[in-house]
Amino acid sequence: MFDWPLLQQNFPLLLGALLTTVEVSAASLFIGFFIGIGVAAMRLSPTPLLRRLGGAYIFVFRGIPLLVQLLFIYYFLPRAGLPNMSPMTAAIISLALCCAAYIAEILRGGFLAIPGGQLEAAGLLGLNARQMLVRIRVPQAVRLTLPGLINEMILLIKASSLVSVVGLADLTRTAQNLAASDYMFVQDYLLLAGFYCLINIPLAYAGSRLEKRLKGRGA
Amino acid sequence: MSFDPHIITDHLDDIGNGFLVTLGTWSSGVVLGLLLGLVIALAQVFGNNFVRAPLRVFIEIIRSTPFLVQLFLLYYGGPSFGLEMDPIPAGILGLAVYGSVYFAEIFRGGFESIPRGQLEAADCLGIGRLRCIVRIQLPQMAVIILPALVNLVTVLCKETAVLSIITIPELTMVLTGIGSQTFAFVETLLALCIGYLILVEACSRLGMLLETRVGRFMQRQPQ
Repeated sequence: MFDWPLLQQNFPLLLGALLTTVEVSAASLFIGFFIGIGVAAMRLSPTPLLRRLGGAYIFVFRGIPLLVQLLFIYYFLPRAGLPNMSPMTAAIISLALCCAAYIAEILRGGFLAIPGGQLEAAGLLGLNARQMLVRIRVPQAVRLTLPGLINEMILLIKASSLVSVVGLADLTRTAQNLAASDYMFVQDYLLLAGFYCLINIPLAYAGSRLEKRLKGRGA
Repeated sequence: MSFDPHIITDHLDDIGNGFLVTLGTWSSGVVLGLLLGLVIALAQVFGNNFVRAPLRVFIEIIRSTPFLVQLFLLYYGGPSFGLEMDPIPAGILGLAVYGSVYFAEIFRGGFESIPRGQLEAADCLGIGRLRCIVRIQLPQMAVIILPALVNLVTVLCKETAVLSIITIPELTMVLTGIGSQTFAFVETLLALCIGYLILVEACSRLGMLLETRVGRFMQRQPQ
């Protein structure tokens, strides 16, 4: 069932594709994080309209399967008048928009855990809303919700396997191509699974360590 | 960009069938996943280390690999293990296995939330282990873990869209198929989004109803 020389031959190809997967995931996480901060701030804003908008964003992007969002952005948006985009762009946009909704919900919990007195004090010291968000709320919220954010990172890396559908040569797509040419489905897909484990298991371990540390501190 | 509702109304039969396949794979995946998850959780809570260690590895592997990759292994790699399946059974099994490890973690958390003293008390009263699980632990856990279970069930609903990749004719497959035949991507993709939003929203609403029903004993604080 296993063909060792073939495995050695496929290994570097998948290693190269791992880079694409990491690139796409990192770029979407970075963009999604900033959108997520915005959406979380909207959900907690005193203006009802902004709260509604934030809620609607989360409802839509968490309620629709990522695969459908991806197809929507890749096939629909160019027809709605936007320029055609490369699979890479479509993948990053859809992953970022989707993970922003989850990050917003995670950060919202962090924002709520910050004592109100701090914000009052910041207001008295003359900080405006933007400064308060950047200097006081976000740094603390991120520290408090780091395990949740790491978990979201794992989910995002797994979700990035779906970008293979729009033709981006990520890990999954490359393994699919290899399997289609050498018919060694078990071996190629096991190797593929191994690559995902290689990134995600250390991340999960780091996440649970952090969680324990945060709990130990009583935070 | 034009919008032609006839694209949807003309294919209502196909879309209805796709919807039924989505519902079918989703519900059977959830039921099977719940059962499998409960078994895994029981083995983890009550089993010895020889049972626990391999289960731990299994859970970690399933949790760190994408659902799509697991489906590929099961559906395309399965025949090498003598596991030749049609797409739909393979999809249901894949969904169940993927869900089961998350269900198991939820159940495990539930078991751990029941105070040990109750189990010791049950032991003293001569209540057997099985009866203790069924009559004491599960009913109390239900209230605590229900929100997490409902959340996971909606996640699995969205994962069924991935089944289209292994050629299961569910909602996503049917509607994108119509889209590429008629080039009406606008109508079909919008219908697809709305379809899933309705499904997920209905599921979480039902979950909330269930939560109030199951939690009705928790309204009054014990004295």
